[in-house]
Amino acid sequence: MREVAIVAAGMTPFGELWEMSLRQLFAEAALDVITKAGVDHLDAIYVGNMSGGCFVGQEHLGPLMADQIGMAGVPSTRIESACASGGVALRTAFFEVASGASDLVLASGVEKMNDGADVTNVLATAADQELEVYHGITFPGLYAMIARAHMEAHGTTEEDLSWVSVKNHRHGALNPKAQFPREFTLEQVMNSTPVAEPLRLLHCSPVSDGAAAVLLCPLDQATRYTDQPIRILGTGQATSAMALADRKDPTFLDSVQLSGERAFTMAGVGPDDIDVAEVHDCFAISEICCIDALGLVERSQASGAAASGLTALGGRIPVNTSGGLKAKGHPVGATGIAQIIEIFEQLRGESGDRQVSGARLGLAQNMGGSGASSVVHILERI
Amino acid sequence: MPSPRYWREVPSRLRLEAARCSGCGKVNYPPRPICPGCRGDQSEPVTLSKTGTIITSTVIHIAPDDFLFEAPYAIAVVETPEKARLMAQVVDCDPSSVGPGMDVSLEFRLIRKEARSGILCYGFKAVPAASWEAQS
Repeated sequence: MREVAIVAAGMTPFGELWEMSLRQLFAEAALDVITKAGVDHLDAIYVGNMSGGCFVGQEHLGPLMADQIGMAGVPSTRIESACASGGVALRTAFFEVASGASDLVLASGVEKMNDGADVTNVLATAADQELEVYHGITFPGLYAMIARAHMEAHGTTEEDLSWVSVKNHRHGALNPKAQFPREFTLEQVMNSTPVAEPLRLLHCSPVSDGAAAVLLCPLDQATRYTDQPIRILGTGQATSAMALADRKDPTFLDSVQLSGERAFTMAGVGPDDIDVAEVHDCFAISEICCIDALGLVERSQASGAAASGLTALGGRIPVNTSGGLKAKGHPVGATGIAQIIEIFEQLRGESGDRQVSGARLGLAQNMGGSGASSVVHILERI
Repeated sequence: MPSPRYWREVPSRLRLEAARCSGCGKVNYPPRPICPGCRGDQSEPVTLSKTGTIITSTVIHIAPDDFLFEAPYAIAVVETPEKARLMAQVVDCDPSSVGPGMDVSLEFRLIRKEARSGILCYGFKAVPAASWEAQS
């Protein structure tokens, strides 16, 4: 396999972007990348998208999006893996370049959630329809069950959950692209509206519109497009039982552990080598589960990691410096690429007030469903 | 929901039919062609007991459209004595009293009404077991 680099990144702001359509969001992010890299063609396009069909009635995004950026004719494919669609789109693009089949591949993600769809129902399509959704469960409800089991097994508290939100909003306040770039106090989080007990509104990522894109090429061609390429050192993907009832331990996200192990093995590094990480904090409990499963912190430290400052900017392993899904926003299909962009910018020293000084190795972990899919990438500053 | 989709699930959803793997003994609910525990392809039918214990639970405050008027409601992962786990609402009690470790009985109930197809959708809901209520 050839070594692969990311040479350019672009994204829209995340938020309730009423003036922008699904295709306009994609075009803004994609054209930003194409302009930055100065390329006049692409060999392939991958579009991460969870549910254009349910959100706005639009499927077949591959050709639609290629056409929108004047690239009709280019092979273009929509990748779906629920909220992990973006991360899996990147992984697919990585293999296409690594294999030698293509030189210039755009990996993107896009979601238009605010256009009148019943978002609760659409997101629930990523759970088991016959065994879970039939009975009235919601996505926050599934993570709430994980949270309650975690409290029971590991003594995690509502305060631990709330500190994850406080920390990520502190980070997000420093990110101009974030949907909610402002801080919340612990009291505000703990007194916010209940959604699915023990999760409250400020433990949940928001409903967002947005798009993100990165350009991949072989490492030995990267300096044609940028003087600061970032190498993709490892990729790992894994699945787990779809229904929460079919997991041996509902508190442990084994797909996250497995995808992490695969990415670490490929990269030849370990969790202790990581300088900065973006993990899938769709709900506060998921950040706690993910940093544990990835081995970024000791299990005994996972629940209190946000409160203790371990995972805050300036801590031993800063997690979700972008603000995470919580503060930056979570346009589901775009999230995996947006995480990669945060790590790309951190490793290039472009993160401004939220820069992790001297960051050399970064990790991004993107999850689908209640943990049935997970994909991890490890990036390196060259 | 089209009626064939509802009808296909009747054996497991309305009769609690499951399968015990002949290889490892794991009870899979609903039955599936390959056991996720040992990848065995031989099994024998088993019907789940209508009792169980709550593994984990939540109380839904923000509900999907079909359940809008029921919120807040408790929903849980229940483990039956056969070690099969299934998701079910927990009713006939204060939702805030529901939590891990609670013993329940499974009762045949209406789950939802489908507005579009007009189908009344049945299944099992959990209610606190008499023994549990006596304890607390």
